Amino acid sequence: MTDIFPKPELDRRTLLRRAAAVGLLATPAVGMLSACVGSSDEGTPDQATGTKSADNPLGIDPKAGVEIVIFNGGLGTDYATKVDTPLFNKKWPEAKVTYSQTEEISTVIQPRINGGNPPDMINNSGSKLMDFGAIVKAGQAAELTDLFAAPSLDIQGKTVADTLVPGAIEQGSYDGKPFAVNYAYTVFGLWYNAALFKKNSWTPPTTWAEFTALCDKMKAAGVVPFGYAGANASYYMVRAIMTSAGKIGSEQVLKDIDNLKAGAWTNDAVKQAAEAWAGIGKNYINKTFLGLRHTEVQLQQNQDKVGFYPCGSWLENEQAKDTPAGFEYAIAAYPSVTAADKLPATAINAAAGEIYFAAAKGKNPQGGKEYLRTMLSKEAALEFTKLTKSLTVVAGASDGQTISPGLTSANDAVTKAGKDIFMGYLFDTWYKKLDDESRAAANDLMFKDYDAAKFCDRMEKASQAVAKDSSVTKFTRS
Amino acid sequence: MRHGKYPFIIGFLVVPVALYVTFVVWAYIQAFYLSVYEWSGLGPVENFVGFDNFKKMWDDTTFWQSIKHNIFLLVFLPIITVVLALIFAFLLNVGGGQKGGVIRGVWGSKVYRIIFFFPQLLALAIVAVIFGRVFGPDKSGMINGLFPDSWSPWLFLADERYAMGCILVVLVWQAVGFYVVLFSAGMGNIPTEVYEAAAIDGASRVTLFFKITIPLLWNTVQVAWVYLGIAAFDAFALVNIMTVDRGGPDGATSVLSLMIYRNAFEFSQAGYASALGVVLFFLTLTFAWVTLSATRRESVEA
Repeated sequence: MTDIFPKPELDRRTLLRRAAAVGLLATPAVGMLSACVGSSDEGTPDQATGTKSADNPLGIDPKAGVEIVIFNGGLGTDYATKVDTPLFNKKWPEAKVTYSQTEEISTVIQPRINGGNPPDMINNSGSKLMDFGAIVKAGQAAELTDLFAAPSLDIQGKTVADTLVPGAIEQGSYDGKPFAVNYAYTVFGLWYNAALFKKNSWTPPTTWAEFTALCDKMKAAGVVPFGYAGANASYYMVRAIMTSAGKIGSEQVLKDIDNLKAGAWTNDAVKQAAEAWAGIGKNYINKTFLGLRHTEVQLQQNQDKVGFYPCGSWLENEQAKDTPAGFEYAIAAYPSVTAADKLPATAINAAAGEIYFAAAKGKNPQGGKEYLRTMLSKEAALEFTKLTKSLTVVAGASDGQTISPGLTSANDAVTKAGKDIFMGYLFDTWYKKLDDESRAAANDLMFKDYDAAKFCDRMEKASQAVAKDSSVTKFTRS
Repeated sequence: MRHGKYPFIIGFLVVPVALYVTFVVWAYIQAFYLSVYEWSGLGPVENFVGFDNFKKMWDDTTFWQSIKHNIFLLVFLPIITVVLALIFAFLLNVGGGQKGGVIRGVWGSKVYRIIFFFPQLLALAIVAVIFGRVFGPDKSGMINGLFPDSWSPWLFLADERYAMGCILVVLVWQAVGFYVVLFSAGMGNIPTEVYEAAAIDGASRVTLFFKITIPLLWNTVQVAWVYLGIAAFDAFALVNIMTVDRGGPDGATSVLSLMIYRNAFEFSQAGYASALGVVLFFLTLTFAWVTLSATRRESVEA
């Protein structure tokens, strides 16, 4: 291609020097991308405040603007732009809400936090979410005690805390102090197509024997009985294993895991759960799923090629575009593994998720909190559920509403479980590295060696390594 | 003219040097500085830990795994790419033999040249997504789709034995075109008289390739080698987008650059990530130095 490079005089030195420069660019990337290293200890800017009153319990400045950043993912952003902001402005017409959305929270927000210029309210979510434990540790999240103690916006005579489902505040608490509103209430379980089940007269199992028997029937009918996407959604499987362990040995098993207690992963309950699931992996999964992404496996379920899919209640909304008419999402609680399980078969794992927090060092942290208070009103919660088909932590906000089959099914599961709802575990958000290890370990367990003992030992080792690593901020729960 | 020379040169240099110092040199200094601190990536940098980050690296199995994969790429990426690019460039420029006293490439070489350069025009992220589909582990994957239905599908990226190989294939595919162009340009510099003289003496195409093309192209090959070696220390985009569980299955495709990224932005260990960056810096320097001294030989002046 001599016309592109007309007679080049290849000067070896220059070229090599340039070549070396290209390669070396990777090193400074860390410093650059985090931007302005260490500039955040320069103190906080002037923050807007107003006078506290019964009508203004958080003492916001009615004229100060509030900047919000919303993660644009499975839940969309309509709830913020069409519901929350109008509601907020109804009460505070002079406070200008500056809205933006992003699919990569950490890319947009982390440099701003380090630059001392964070937005006031941030939706920390998605695959690029920031390590929230580190944010709390660095003093970048505003403590929300006053928000939860403030009266609810539209439920008379109750504080914000009173209106929430049990465990909602705990989920956003670090060492006993609340820093985050986990807004969406997610019900986890085995998702299936109720229409397909009706057609084949299959019923959701309650015991492990029923589960495997049904899996055999599905296999005979040419349906892959169980599947999850190994390429990027192995944490769905981690949750399935952990939920089973929790049902076998009660939530204490999961608390020990979160607290990095020695022997927590080699506990019998975890072993039994891993063994039971390894059996499913060995006999009922499609090996190619290890290389697929979540939407690909979910699409196969929409095509009735996959029976059960372990996931949270965001699934229905996420798949709304691809779900064919006649497909009815429904959720089943994970079946009991043994007859001696400490929790009944109806017990479910339901947890508050989707972190929303007010930045401590923004221009208007109280305004950010007031925005959160608006989101936690009954009206906003109901509209959120209608728009996103996802429940919220505002208890009973959508009772008596018929919104979608999956949501109705999830609501039923919550009712059936009664007091046996457990929050699950937090190690995955507290210790990202342990989360990472658990994903790889779950993939090995389900697709490669079906070795429960190896799974437990490997996780135990990783958990103890985190426990001993002084550079990792530790959290505890009780 | 002479009195205006320096202001003229400085005028040209100020902007690039300022950019370089801000975004490269200063960032380097920060990386070295951060590597001896325990820093989450948020808030003030306070906790000086000396060489603890490097000690931690020594005990980190993922680190050694990543180094292994980088070395795998370092060995195979340059050699395969250079060999393929040399063969293609030779065929395109000289391979067609003599016609009417002019050395030319094989039939249709002008079209091939353009086709070879196509991959270079695609953004790496797009290449990664496309090859993610090519290596799809079920029937929807391009390669598996070509196999008869009775075969059980190849897992490619989902099989830790082949995953790294898949990455290598994509890197080679993407790089070859550029080096074909580079070598073609080098070959354009070789006087045709040399070829003609050899051809008159009865040299075959193979002899021409080994006795004339390679020696006269040695400098260019050396440059290519260093470039490709440095590319082998990167591979971030492909691994991040294409692989199972990013760097998996079970760490089977983890590379240093991915480790840096994940530690800095996902595990909140920016200090450790900077230490990894420092190690990568010295590895790259060492590689460039070793390659240059090992391949230093008298170049044949054309």
